[in-house]
Amino acid sequence: MDKQKIQQFGDELYEAMVKREAVSPLTSRGEDISIDDAYHISLRMLERRQQAGARIIGKKIGVTSKAVMNMLNVHQPDFGYLTDDMVFNSGEVVPISDRLIAPRAEGEIAFILKKDLTGPGVTNADVLAATECVMPCFEIVDSRIQDWKIAIQDTIADNASCGLFVLGDKAVSPRDIDLVTCGMVVEKNGSIISTGAGAAALSSPVNCVAWLANTLGEFGISLKAGEVILSGSLVPLEPVKAGDTMRVDIGGIGSASVRFV
Amino acid sequence: MSKTLSNDQMLALAEHVENAELNAHDITKVTNDYPDMTFEDAYDVQWEIRRRKEARGNKVVGMKMGLTSWAKMAQMGVETPIYGFLADYFSVPDGGVVNTKELIHPKIEAEIAFVTKAPLHGPGCHIGDVLAATDFVIPAVEVIDSRYENFKFDLVSVVADNASSSRFITGGTMSNIADLDLKTLGVVVEKNGEIVDVGAGAAVLGHPASSVAMLANLLAERGEHIPAGTFIMTGGITAAITVEAGDNISVRYQGLGTVTARFA
Repeated sequence: MDKQKIQQFGDELYEAMVKREAVSPLTSRGEDISIDDAYHISLRMLERRQQAGARIIGKKIGVTSKAVMNMLNVHQPDFGYLTDDMVFNSGEVVPISDRLIAPRAEGEIAFILKKDLTGPGVTNADVLAATECVMPCFEIVDSRIQDWKIAIQDTIADNASCGLFVLGDKAVSPRDIDLVTCGMVVEKNGSIISTGAGAAALSSPVNCVAWLANTLGEFGISLKAGEVILSGSLVPLEPVKAGDTMRVDIGGIGSASVRFV
Repeated sequence: MSKTLSNDQMLALAEHVENAELNAHDITKVTNDYPDMTFEDAYDVQWEIRRRKEARGNKVVGMKMGLTSWAKMAQMGVETPIYGFLADYFSVPDGGVVNTKELIHPKIEAEIAFVTKAPLHGPGCHIGDVLAATDFVIPAVEVIDSRYENFKFDLVSVVADNASSSRFITGGTMSNIADLDLKTLGVVVEKNGEIVDVGAGAAVLGHPASSVAMLANLLAERGEHIPAGTFIMTGGITAAITVEAGDNISVRYQGLGTVTARFA
């Protein structure tokens, strides 16, 4: 793709996010979009957000479950950027009508780093050594593409379909928990709707963070001390609307809750 | 609830269903021939199968709960789970071999098992009673094997078939219940080295201990109770996963170690 088209698509997605008006899939426009092109579109969208004052505070990893990989017919994860205007704290109210288009909630484990991680060659041991703590988290994914009709290039270009995220009530050292077997329970409006465990994301959330560090390393980008890394959903995505309350509990880590208005 | 089967019909059905288990051949569901059968009839059949095994010298070594996930209950259109019993020869040691020639179409489920240290009586048994009466919990894998063609059954039929009980494997680490949060306790099921399912304890009626309370309350309907020292499998945390000869399975439990088995 030429640079002008990449910039145009990035601008379009940025405007779609700000105006809360979804656009048709980029992959339906007759352009041949490579994965690399898609990341460049996402960088343009990010650039627009930074120009508007947003600051990068972390990254998210997506497409980590077999179910989503099969749905998108890909065999590797993707990533997007987290900015300071995307973070909410547990118990806070998320105004859908101000911020989101077609939100879905997913329960995840967030890593807070205390050291930089620079790939390639980052191992699970490096990830654990660089992790200050893990926290329970909801990622509220959203798509600026109409009706979530996404191919892998659409979601990558759209900042990995990230909307915002809600950090939980507790931070735990990764030394005190088995991140592979820790269980997750998600409740919606008081009913248990799904359960899962750490292994649902690439066999371990630690694998997800190592993948991201190694993938970004190829482009000379590091994961930075202090950054929040969302490691991927451990349960199926759940559509949410105004009036819904969601809660996630993770064995040995803690819980997070969010109410949508 | 009432009975619709004569005593002779009940005895004949028990023999018919138990023979299917003992000879590892499938049968059509019993409600095809007795469409008006009730739960009480079905439990009569199950208790007669239990009596037949004990008369033959087998011991009953525990109880199991089935249909304990809300998803499964909604699918079957019921509001309560069901129970079955575990006979001595159902037990397979951790790391042991399950002989599939003795089974029809086995599937496995990851579960949490309780061992009681005090009797539990229903009705009105609640989760607090269960926690107080629990000696320890231990991870378990259940091998279910419906005797009905293609695992196709209704609730009455599956009760008569001892809730599809066939084999179970226990292992890992015993734990005090006070040291665990069973609601968020995670499990990871691997088959032939590949992760095939994950879940957490809350998938069983919100908390596995509520499954034990329900067992006490269901048994009370027949004037029975859960004696001290009973081993109870509380129901599948994960979906039932088909296994066949040549497969090996490994189930990891948060804080409770691993249970493994091979199928030959």
